[in-house]
Amino acid sequence: MISLSARNVAVALTCVALILLPAFGSDFFVDFVATRTLMLGLAASTMVFLSAYGGMVSLAQWLIFGVAGFAVGNVVAESGRGLNLGWGPWTGVFIALVAATLLALLLGILSARSTGIYFLMLTLTYAVVGFFFFGQVTTFSGFGGITGIDPPGFFDDRPKRLYYAALVLSMLAYVGFRAIARTPFGLALQGVRDDPVRMSSLGFNVQLHRTLAFTLAGFVAGLAGVLNIWWNGQIDPTSISIGPTLDLLIIAVIGGISHLEGAWLGAFVFIGANIYLRDIPFLGSIEGLLEERLLAEERFNTVIGLLLLLIMLASPDGLAGIIARIEHGIRLAFRRSNPEGDGSSLRTNGQ
Amino acid sequence: MSGEASTDVADIKFGMLHLTPRSLRALRVIPTIMVGLIVAFAVLWILFLADRSWTVKTSAGAAIEEPGEFLVTLLDGLTFAGLLFVVASGFTLIFGLMRTVNMAHGAMFLLAAYVGIQLQQTMVGKSRNIESAEVSMFAWVVPLLVGATVVAVLGVVMQQLFLRWNQGQDLRQAIITIAVSVVLADQMLLQFGGLAKKMVWPGSVVHFFEILGQRYAFSRIFMLGIAIVVGIALWLWLNKTRMGMVIRAGVDDEEMVRALGINVAVVFGITFFVGSFLAGMGGAMGASFAGAAPGTDGQWLLNSLIVVIIGGLGSIKGAVAGSVLFGMVTAFSPAYLPSAYTFYSIIFTLGTLAIVLAVRPNGLFGRAE
Repeated sequence: MISLSARNVAVALTCVALILLPAFGSDFFVDFVATRTLMLGLAASTMVFLSAYGGMVSLAQWLIFGVAGFAVGNVVAESGRGLNLGWGPWTGVFIALVAATLLALLLGILSARSTGIYFLMLTLTYAVVGFFFFGQVTTFSGFGGITGIDPPGFFDDRPKRLYYAALVLSMLAYVGFRAIARTPFGLALQGVRDDPVRMSSLGFNVQLHRTLAFTLAGFVAGLAGVLNIWWNGQIDPTSISIGPTLDLLIIAVIGGISHLEGAWLGAFVFIGANIYLRDIPFLGSIEGLLEERLLAEERFNTVIGLLLLLIMLASPDGLAGIIARIEHGIRLAFRRSNPEGDGSSLRTNGQ
Repeated sequence: MSGEASTDVADIKFGMLHLTPRSLRALRVIPTIMVGLIVAFAVLWILFLADRSWTVKTSAGAAIEEPGEFLVTLLDGLTFAGLLFVVASGFTLIFGLMRTVNMAHGAMFLLAAYVGIQLQQTMVGKSRNIESAEVSMFAWVVPLLVGATVVAVLGVVMQQLFLRWNQGQDLRQAIITIAVSVVLADQMLLQFGGLAKKMVWPGSVVHFFEILGQRYAFSRIFMLGIAIVVGIALWLWLNKTRMGMVIRAGVDDEEMVRALGINVAVVFGITFFVGSFLAGMGGAMGASFAGAAPGTDGQWLLNSLIVVIIGGLGSIKGAVAGSVLFGMVTAFSPAYLPSAYTFYSIIFTLGTLAIVLAVRPNGLFGRAE
């Protein structure tokens, strides 16, 4: 089942490195870089899953992520805005996941008939409506947001356990999404992506497949949202406004929207750029215009926007696509110098 | 592709639920009936049931008892629809011809607003507390046109540099315009700051008139008037000129137009100019109507999206219908909801979308791809 391709070896090695990371990484790196990368990567992986296997570029993933967070906040927090139910944190997790999954089911039903760019616009609309909903409906939050949300006591040894939770969930999601692609459901979903008319005439229910895939992705996005709320301890509508919604798309696109591992790769680049951009020795030493205009902390969006533009102009399948192409090129060169090489090396890492 | 997934052809089984193709077809009528019931209830509610003295306490009374309040709400909806139309028609024009979803449409709206505000301040010679009495019609129209032209040129530059050579890859183009909008939004924050600014209506349109016992701002009617003029001009341009004919032909069959020896690249450039110009006009009008601040760009991208999703992408008729429907929902839902629940009015926007899509997945005037 599992082939020993360069891709799988690289992913496995990365996983081993990540498992060992807390032993030698600083607490700051583990907490602020690695944990966040895994959380955002998990959220972005749902977008990549829908796009790569279902042909649906969904901008509603960040909304579902946020709704899980708001659900935890409303259930767990004891004072301040929201419902203040003050129930246990694990009850909060359960309710959050149910809420996220149900919302995904509802939005999936509403949008399963739309495809392509229409789907993107529709889900963006849901995302922004969700932002205004939590902003205006003071029953659940209001613009001030919910603060003081404590994770379960289990995670008190921060950052290690929360990091491992994010790592385990990320690995499960990665393996799970790739495994689903090989099930009859996953194969049918990819058929729906490639040719909905033919699949429909073969007797597959196109909309049902799309809706179920969207619901599954919503559940995983909900998991990421729960992790995020434990990490953050607070949530407000601004964090699910159009900017962060697009940030998730940017993460997925930078990493490579047709490669699952691209989600985490993109998240790492995004967060790394956010934290370390000014520390790069060469860039930091450029005085004057560039320093002031581009590299001041608050100009991060300009940099990330330009990076996105560059990647879209150069390679629409992002960094993972660039890596795949380099790997392919090396293999071709290797094969040319070594004609007896087996034919399987020609296979690119398509799904 | 063997196994469970292909065993039940066209039938759906969910435990006890067993749907045959015939019953599935019967199910399709349900959305239409539901929509009919919902609309009927809304009309009934507005006409007779809404009441301030009753337990529900809406902010406007029932339409038959308070025709003035009803008319004001109607005018609010119509005038807002006018602004929506100006912005969304640019969006839909570009999409209709080029299949390009310009996600930077909101950023262009905001940029034109800022340019207009800046220029108006220079023309009046004051940077704050401008009274509308100090603003002549000239000092309003010129900033509007200049702001719109600036973003129109920017739109053409963007199209020529980034979009021209990957025509047809709609998702890639959408993400490229997202990148442009992210950079633009950030640079505008740097340039114009984070505080809300406002363009000032010219003094000659700032007065109130009486209608059925209610006072109403003339500036809103003025805005609707501009929108109607824009709409008529667009209609004339698209239906009565050679260029318009080429554009309409291009919407239907771009290959054929190209084969007939028409330089489609020029037509694309012009369409992008006009589409962005409309976003810019909307920006200056919106800045006079509700002000401009960081975030306004996202909001107007959303407004454009809602209008075209309701009305159908690429259709000017659809933009009119979508604007009117969305404008009405935004005006009526807060006025006729029980006042303790006014903040739920945002749900009605989503509800409208859901209802329209349930009945017509491609929007009211949209065509299936």
